[in-house]
Formats: sequence, C-alpha cells, structure tokens
Amino acid sequence: MSTLIKYRIGKSFAFKGLIILLSVACVVPLLFILVYIIQAGITKINWHFLTNLPKPVGEAGGGVLNALLGSVIIITVASLIAIPFGIFCGIYLSENKNTKLAYWCRLCVDVLQGVPSIVIGLIAYLWFVKPVGSFSALSGSIALAIMMLPIIIRSTEETLLLLPNSLREAAFALGMPFHRVILKVIVPCGISGILSGVMLSVARITGETAPLLFTAFGNNFLEFNITKPMQSLPLLIFNYATSPYNEWHDLAWGASCILLIWVLLLNIFTKLITRKWKVQL
Amino acid sequence: MDKSLNNENITRSSLKLERVIVSDKTSSIVKGAKRIRRSQQQIRTESIFKNTLVIISIFIIVVVFAILLTLFWQSIPAIKLTGISYLWGKVWDPVKDVFGVYPFILGTLLTSFLALIISIPFSFSVAIFLGEYFPKGTLSDLLKNTVELIAAVPSVIYGFWGLAVLVPIVRGFEAQIGVQTIGLGIFTSSVILAIMIIPYAASLGRSMIQMVPSNLKEAAYALGATRWEVIRSIIFPYTKSGLFAGVMLSLGRALGETMAVTMVIGNTSLIPKNIFSPGNTMASVIANEFTEADHPVYLSALIELGLVLFVVTVVINMIGKRFIKGFSNT
Repeated sequence: MSTLIKYRIGKSFAFKGLIILLSVACVVPLLFILVYIIQAGITKINWHFLTNLPKPVGEAGGGVLNALLGSVIIITVASLIAIPFGIFCGIYLSENKNTKLAYWCRLCVDVLQGVPSIVIGLIAYLWFVKPVGSFSALSGSIALAIMMLPIIIRSTEETLLLLPNSLREAAFALGMPFHRVILKVIVPCGISGILSGVMLSVARITGETAPLLFTAFGNNFLEFNITKPMQSLPLLIFNYATSPYNEWHDLAWGASCILLIWVLLLNIFTKLITRKWKVQL
Repeated sequence: MDKSLNNENITRSSLKLERVIVSDKTSSIVKGAKRIRRSQQQIRTESIFKNTLVIISIFIIVVVFAILLTLFWQSIPAIKLTGISYLWGKVWDPVKDVFGVYPFILGTLLTSFLALIISIPFSFSVAIFLGEYFPKGTLSDLLKNTVELIAAVPSVIYGFWGLAVLVPIVRGFEAQIGVQTIGLGIFTSSVILAIMIIPYAASLGRSMIQMVPSNLKEAAYALGATRWEVIRSIIFPYTKSGLFAGVMLSLGRALGETMAVTMVIGNTSLIPKNIFSPGNTMASVIANEFTEADHPVYLSALIELGLVLFVVTVVINMIGKRFIKGFSNT
C-alpha cells in the first residue's frame, strides 16, 4: 500500500520535474534568440546608420534612413485608415449584440483574422497596384490596415461590453442623444482597452513583410510620396538577408535590431497602458 | 448666424425703447426656435451616427466577400486551364504552362504538422507550468511576459536568425546522419515555425487551464489524488476542447506563415523526398514567384494558390474558434 502511494507521489513529482524541465528548455533558447539578434545588431547601429541611405554593394557603411522613414509613413497611413473603421465597427458590435448584421460582421471579422498575410498582399496588389499600374506605399498601407482591422474591432467590442449597463442608462436618462452617450461617456470609459488594441495591432503590422512584397515593393532612395514605391524595415531585412553580400547582412542585422526593439517597446507600452487604466467594473 | 442676429438686436435696443420690447420678444422667439433647431439637429446627427455605424459594419462584410470573390475571379483562367487536377498535379512548370501544386501542398502540410509535433510538448508544458503549477508570483509573471514578448518578434527576423544560425546547425546535423547537407529545407522551416507557434499555443492553453473551476480540483485532492492525477483526470478532460482549439489555431498560423519559411525552405518545385530535402509551401511560392510571373495564366495560377490557402486557413481557424466558443460557454 505504502509503496503504491510512494509510487504515485513519485510519479507526480516526476511529472512536475518534466514540465519544469521542458518549460525551461523551451523559454531559455527563445530568450537566447532575442539576445543573439540584439547583440548582432546593436553594434551596427550608430548615428551614421540612422541618417544615411544604403550604399551600393562593395562600399562600406550606409544606413537605413529610407526604410526607417518609409516604415513610419506606411504604418501611420495604415493606422489612419484602420483606426476609425475599426473603432466604429467595434462600437456597432457592442451596441447591437443580437442583430443579423452583427452576427455576419462578427463572422467576417473572424474570417479576416485568419487570412494569411500573403493573401492580403495579393488582394492589395489586385485591387490597387494592377489597376493603377505601379507599386505604391498607399497600397501597402491599405493591406496593413486590413490586417489591423480585426484586432481593433475585437478589442473595442470586448472592452465596451465590459462596461456596466448602468453607465449607459444614466447617460440616456440625462437626455443625451445616442452619439453623445457613445462618444462622451462609453468610449472615454473604455479608452484603455481600445488604445491597447490599437497599439497591439500597430505592433503586429510593424513586422509584417508579406503584405508589402507586392505593394510597397521597396526602393533605395528617400521617398515621401505615398503613391510611389517605398522601402520599409521588414522589406529591407528580407531583401538584404537573402542577398549574398556581407555588407548587406550587416545592414540587415542593424535593421532587425531596430525593428525588434521597436516592436518590443510597443508591446511593453501596451502592457503598461492596460495596467495603468484598467477598466473599472 | 444667431450671434449676428443678437448683436443687431443689442445695437437697435440702445436706440429706441419700443424697439427694445419688440426685440426682447423676438429674441425669446429666436431662442425657442434655436432650441427646436438644436434638438432637430441632434436627432439628425444621431441618425447620421447610427447610419455610419451600420454602413461601416456592412463595409467590413463587403471587404471580406470582395476578397473571396476577387481571388476566385482572378483565378478563373487557371481553373479553366487545369481544372481540378491543379490540386494533385505533380509538376509545376510555368514556362510550359503546367501547373500542379501537389508539391507545395505536401510541403505546407509537412512543415506545419512537423512544427506542431515539435511544438506541442513545449507549449503544453509551458501552459501547465503557468496555468497550474505557478499561476501567480514573480517567476510566473516573468515567464508569462517573456513568452508574450517572444510571440511579438516579427517573422522576418526569425527567418534571418534561421538563415544565420539554424541553417549551419542543421547542416552539421545532416552531415552526421548522412543525408545531403543543404541546411535549407523542410526540417529547418519546421523548427522555425515551431519556435513561432509555441508562445501562441502556450498562452492560449494557459488561459484555458486557468478556467478550470477550483472546486473540481479541490474535490479530487480531497479524494487523495496526487497533482499528476488531478492534471490527468480533471484538467485534461475539462480543457480538452480548448487545448484542441489552441492546436487548430496554431496550425492555421503555421499554414499561412510566409516570410520565415520562404527564407529557409530552399525554394524548389520538386516533390520533397524526405524531411531534410528543400521544398516550397503554398505561401512561399506566392512570395517568391509572384513578382516574376510574366504571363497572365501564371499569375492566375498563383492567385488560385492564394485562394486554396485562404480557404484552408479560414476553415481551420473557424474550427478552432468554434471549439473555443463551445469551451467558454460550458
């Protein structure tokens, strides 16, 4: 009897040990990957790297200014498109829980969330590049905006649903019209959730390469016109990492490090926001 | 407009007394009219606002259907050329207009399922670690945040890391077991994919395991069950559908993942012989060949591949979502 109990307790401990071992064996190498990328990239980053254009093969030096600015522009335009649409759709879904339109809309958001990024790139190409006849940063922004939408819609809807109904009723009882109730009471109360959804979606599209391959396309010059091809950090990393030249690999490591730090900071910032303004129930 | 009217009233009132009385009356009428106008305007704004919400929601639905229709419409030339044999044709030769995507479907399935097999032990143990053994405390916070941060790393960076670090390692491994030493290939991409989906599956699994009601677990402990017995006969059966959903969602992710795979899979249209040989997945073919597609049928064949990928990932994702919904309803 006691041997059976000992056996069972031993088995339980063995399982716990296995779980801890596997968890550590999985997380530690992953952390080493992060450390490796930052170590490989951080030495390449200096003022010259941030403020210069890439040099042709064979010349040392050169920077990623065009990709950095291109990324900022493409992401800003994508956010400007996606944020209003996403938030308004989220408001509709949270205000009309059981209508037929809301059901279909939710289904479509679910579908959209599962669409692979490369397919969204294809779509942006077919809709905006092929008819116009040239690659453009705007088409890339639209592709990224489509990717942002589901995240923003979901987080807006879920945050607003968490708010107590009494808040809404109190505002209506004061005679406020619907749009003022939404915009002055409901949205400000749920702003932390909405904001963290927006930040999360920005963090997610910052590193997306596949939708930009056939849309923003990339070039080697400084470009501010969003109807022209534009370079971005992920595109630069992809193009230079798959090239055979060491100088370009160095540029790609530096760019990877910048992109990684950018994405990680966005994520940490989102966490801080949600922690600071937790939705009060 | 109202303001200027009031100003006029004031200047007039300073001139004549009778006028003052009259203007007082008119201003009160103006005020009443203003109030009615304002409430009318508010009603109008309200209906505009409500309509905007509806229109935007319809717009989202239209976008999704437009995506599906566009893909279908643009792949009609390829469908006409190859018909249904597109799916199991073994040769992909765009120069001769022969389009069979069997090698790519095989490559996609091989990489995704291999990645799942590699990732499941790790993601489940992280999920159990965070959900059951150490649900609170600094250690678990640290681990949880680390896992979430790792999930945020862009795929192109994983691809680059794979090229620089993993490919030489795999090459050495291949030399030891005596297969062709390329380094690039299905196995390398599976490892990268596994690394990418571990955090995702782990955080899903953790939230599932934390939802197990504590009275169930306490009852089992009261009956004298050990920790392992509680995990095996309470937590696993209770979270079965949720864990399955997590696996499906990470499979959907692995199927659609493009950049990291494109960089390390080796890119050949031949049917992979074993898991170490180079190949191609559906997504990586599109990424590699789309800008090189020089004639309309070739382009259309690639778009049809996108359509297949779209349908497969959407179906897998919907199955996963259904299971999650069913799980959180119980």
